[in-house]
Amino acid sequence: MDIAVQSIEGGFADPVFNAQAVFRAVMDAMARPGSVQPLPALARPPAPLSATSGAIALALCDNDAPVWLDPALHASAAVISWLGFHSGAPLANTPADAHFAFVATPAEMMALDGFSQGTQDYPDRSTTLILQVADLTSGTPLLLEGPGIETTATIAPAQMPRHFVEQWKQNNKRFPRGVDIILASPEALACLPRTTRIKMLEA
Amino acid sequence: MTDIATYNFAYLDEQTKRMIRRAILKGIAIPGYQVPFASREMPMPYGWGTGGVQVTASIIGPDDVLKVIDQGADDTTNAVSIRAFFKKVANVAVTTDTATATIIQTRHRIPEHPLTAGQVLVFQVPIPEPLRFLEPRETETRKMHALEEYGLMHVKLYEDIAKHGRIATTYAYPVKVEGRYVMDPSPTPKFDNPKMHRSPALQLFGAGREKRIYAVPPFTDVVSLDFEDHPFEVQTFDQPCALCAAENVYLDEVILDDHGGHMFVCSDTDHCEKRRADGHRGHLAPDTHPASENMEPAQ
Repeated sequence: MDIAVQSIEGGFADPVFNAQAVFRAVMDAMARPGSVQPLPALARPPAPLSATSGAIALALCDNDAPVWLDPALHASAAVISWLGFHSGAPLANTPADAHFAFVATPAEMMALDGFSQGTQDYPDRSTTLILQVADLTSGTPLLLEGPGIETTATIAPAQMPRHFVEQWKQNNKRFPRGVDIILASPEALACLPRTTRIKMLEA
Repeated sequence: MTDIATYNFAYLDEQTKRMIRRAILKGIAIPGYQVPFASREMPMPYGWGTGGVQVTASIIGPDDVLKVIDQGADDTTNAVSIRAFFKKVANVAVTTDTATATIIQTRHRIPEHPLTAGQVLVFQVPIPEPLRFLEPRETETRKMHALEEYGLMHVKLYEDIAKHGRIATTYAYPVKVEGRYVMDPSPTPKFDNPKMHRSPALQLFGAGREKRIYAVPPFTDVVSLDFEDHPFEVQTFDQPCALCAAENVYLDEVILDDHGGHMFVCSDTDHCEKRRADGHRGHLAPDTHPASENMEPAQ
């Protein structure tokens, strides 16, 4: 299909209410780390950007929020022009300039500390990562603890970054600085805010 | 829906909502940290809940059920007008029932009825910075939060003890969130502080004039600051509610005449009405028999 057509089609059918639905799913997921929030396919972005991460981009990104795309996404001119047309978000020059980073292949992604961590004075000036995963159940189970979790929660996202548990421990240690993660699977999403501790890997 | 045609849903434009939504997510990820946001002018003056209204407008959807309370009451000016505002600009269902509300916007109280998972409590905050009256410079308080330097707050509480023999702060009593940030719970009575600790509900705070949003996720430690020899205590009342006989609730004093007559009644009107509907009667409750004009003790 023509890039011009691909970049124009596939936005929210009902921008106000779809954006609200996506935001509430992300908010609930961020408030209850490890909980899986179902999300119907509200956006149809060009591959390799998934419907879930496309919807998150439309709900949260605009010209005030620069985005960074991983090499797989950056290679697609259609993705870049779709994001540009529908959200107006500028592309960040470096990962450290991005408010949101979209990652299509988390298993190959760069280290978490390469993204903006915020500052000690303004820890909110950090990058939120959106990782596209195949599902939230078939990977290595992660036992989660921390704010938003009554006792413990378990989530098993597939194709996570290399040495993720070790990297996440370092992310915890930087608190209040650090990155937050939204895991976007095809029909659902879950969040790992920087306060969530991965207690251990289950056998 | 015809009424709201001239407004965007929930009054705010979509770009403003996105900006506030991003701030809310950051607030949830960093519990107790005050996230700066570009607060908008609202069709009500600062001090009337513009922060809370902006937060509510950014999270509310057509399926939500909204409850608004002002000092615990559903029927005072601020609560009535904010409820009417959202009915008009978002066409959402409104209620006074704590249990059925999905979003509760509050000015200075937490409902007596325990909140549940899935509910969102939105606080209207006048001064979000707990250190502001001790250190007026924003640059300094920001550094103090960054360095987790809260000695000044403990000195303040100590001076209370030195002067009054006890910690004299009764509202906006400072709390520490998840062992890191000292936070102003907004001017709720300290009676409500224990309800924030590990609450199943999400708590969001909006300060419109001061342009700050902060949050306490569910099941998060919220500990009131105190000393080992002067532990934190909530207010106690030596008499139950005069209308519904409730004990262990927060009471308001109501002046009855100019001869010193007064009564103490539940500040949470929904809680009080539910108890009276269930047959509880306080000693000043209107008698069910119209014959006896004078109030009689129920028991």
